[in-house]
Amino acid sequence: MGPLIVYEHISEYTNLLMAFIIGIGFGFVLERSGFSSSRKLAGMFYGYDTTVLKVFFTAAIVAMLGLLFFSLFGWIDLSLIYINPTFLWSAIVGGAIMGVGFILGGFCPGTAFCALSIGKLDALTFIGGLVIGVVLFTEGFPLIEELFYAENMGTPTINELIGISRGTFGLILILVALGMFFVGEWAERKFPREEY
Amino acid sequence: MNKEQSTKYINPYMGGVLLGLVLLTAFYFSGRGLGASGAVKSVVVASVETVSPSHVESTEFYQNYKASHSGGPLKDWLVWEMLGVLVGGFISGALAGRLKFKVEHSPKITSKVRLVFAAIGGILFGFGSQLGRGCTSGSALSGMAVLSLGGFITMAFIFGTAFALAYFARKLWI
Repeated sequence: MGPLIVYEHISEYTNLLMAFIIGIGFGFVLERSGFSSSRKLAGMFYGYDTTVLKVFFTAAIVAMLGLLFFSLFGWIDLSLIYINPTFLWSAIVGGAIMGVGFILGGFCPGTAFCALSIGKLDALTFIGGLVIGVVLFTEGFPLIEELFYAENMGTPTINELIGISRGTFGLILILVALGMFFVGEWAERKFPREEY
Repeated sequence: MNKEQSTKYINPYMGGVLLGLVLLTAFYFSGRGLGASGAVKSVVVASVETVSPSHVESTEFYQNYKASHSGGPLKDWLVWEMLGVLVGGFISGALAGRLKFKVEHSPKITSKVRLVFAAIGGILFGFGSQLGRGCTSGSALSGMAVLSLGGFITMAFIFGTAFALAYFARKLWI
């Protein structure tokens, strides 16, 4: 039964080794999908390349369905999986600040490390910026503490909130994603770019 | 295989399936999703402590962080995962013939402008990811996979804000 670390089927050191191996898979897939290119990532916001949308939502759905199946097979205890807590205001404001960073910088943290690994120098200055941004947060924490902890909602899942089952919400998410993929394919034909 | 074929990217839907399986593996083994910004934070806190131990000693934020992350960066799951990302990205880039020192930018701007805006974007992303309790990987992608409300909200605001401002930043990209 998983998660293996929680049930102590693997040691803490094996867990860190797995983190490294999982990271290799993560970096490999990101690079192979083109996430090492900032202009490919930014294409999402101009319609000429919607790879981000396709990879991101496909991945979220595959992992979500995988968890659901593993749970039904008795392979994993969903109650032991980390669920990100929801603090409403920090999620909104933090997300919006990250959005500004995305459109100006062209990377997110994970893709910047991926891009750095193949020699992108703009990824290097992005990562330098990340360090500065994190220091600004840790040093300025008392000033933003109130916002950081405001509207603590615990760890609600979106399906519980709406009052439907995990599977039903999954189906809705798949249909929404298919609709977005359709729009993405349309946008790529409408705003094509040969070279970027 | 000629050069053009060897540099082609994988089909994005296939890439998504593979990324989803990597994420599922993380849940199965470690009970947690992927992340990136948390690794930066772990290294930052350790660096601040090296530079000024007394400052860390007297600052509540660092003390709380250290209490919940004993062992430092070398015992941090995300740090090892991000080291793996560097290796995995390098292997993929090497196999595809994409290893090259390069500043990628729109023909309308210079390399210098690109480097400066990348740094500004990094600062905002670094700060925002700490406020939002995770970045695109840790909060949005992993959060959505476990159906966390916060994950969906963060995802919507990252992409929504970027879309809303895309017009003003168009010179940087197209």
